[in-house]
Amino acid sequence: MEVIIKQRINQVLKGDQNAFGEIVELYKDKVFQLCFRMLGNRHEAEDMAQEAFVRAYVNIHRFNIQMKFSTWLYRIATNLCIDRIRKKKPDYFLDAEVAGTEGLNMYSLIADDSALPEDEVESLELQETIQDEILKLPEKYRSVIVLKYIEELSLKEISDILDLPIGTVKTRIHRGREALRKQLSNF
Amino acid sequence: MSCHEDIVDYMHDYLDESITEENKERLREHLHSCAECRSYFHDMKKAIALVQSTARIKAPDDFTARVMASIPKEKKNIGMKRYLRNHPLLTAASLFIVLMGGSIFSTWGEEQNFAVSKQENIVVENEMVIIPAGKVVKGDVVVKNGDIRIEGEVNGDVTVINGEQYMAYAGKVTGQIVVIDEMFEWLWFKVKSTGKALFKGDENE
Repeated sequence: MEVIIKQRINQVLKGDQNAFGEIVELYKDKVFQLCFRMLGNRHEAEDMAQEAFVRAYVNIHRFNIQMKFSTWLYRIATNLCIDRIRKKKPDYFLDAEVAGTEGLNMYSLIADDSALPEDEVESLELQETIQDEILKLPEKYRSVIVLKYIEELSLKEISDILDLPIGTVKTRIHRGREALRKQLSNF
Repeated sequence: MSCHEDIVDYMHDYLDESITEENKERLREHLHSCAECRSYFHDMKKAIALVQSTARIKAPDDFTARVMASIPKEKKNIGMKRYLRNHPLLTAASLFIVLMGGSIFSTWGEEQNFAVSKQENIVVENEMVIIPAGKVVKGDVVVKNGDIRIEGEVNGDVTVINGEQYMAYAGKVTGQIVVIDEMFEWLWFKVKSTGKALFKGDENE
């Protein structure tokens, strides 16, 4: 995977845009997922994820080829989302709820053979509730929780992405877990 | 929670998969005896499981196309390079033509020096090839960048490139005498002789 990506990056460096298209194809879902879990709104998540790829393209010559590409890409995406969260207005929670109910594709994401329609609706509501609880986390805890439990990255990778010492990442994950425990204890 | 802070730290270490065997044992013992901590630990694990259970969402279908539409346009010659990469046969053919052309022209450039085909009874004096009187040269004679004076006999063709040929009265050539001093004539000669060689090769088979 990394070898293919590095070949593609070299092609992009020579000016081949199609090679970049292949990179986007490989990472679009993960980056979109990261942005969606950080922002809770599909439109915003799409904008941010696209912006992340555009920035990666424009700055590709600054990418250190020794580094893992996904780490660099996630860093761009996470920073964009954090900036976005900080710029948000106080009516943010109303916005997030609208966004949650708007997750149109949620139905299609639940496996067809999984359950009866009633269960599907229930499961859908549960999904939305969990997403809302993630969104209630302060941005510094949210980013580590999303990277750890949704993107399933190692502490080392998270520390590289956020440019924080591993100790700090650990502390934030602990605090994030504590907060989630309180928020989700009634389930 | 009334229990010691250490226990909560052990829980986190456990969840980070960085707990020591010793502390793991302490945590296990404590959870066995303390219902409050047990429910605390259970809630934390449940919260993680719930977060992990959220469905994996996918980017919209037109995502890549939209990204590609918003990045700065590429340089023009790249399109050409990619075209060549995607059409290897065409690339190979054009490369062949370029190299063939190149090799013919470069041999032209290299061959500014005097040269003569090696045969018996040929005498060379100051870039002048002499077929001495009374002698017979078997086969075709080719002279490059030099002149030839034929006093004897040549059993074959005589070709002079970038030079002149002088035929003595007694001289005799059984084949043709060709004098080439223009580049294109020389090229034509090269092509013809290559063709001949190929043809001969076929005959031999």
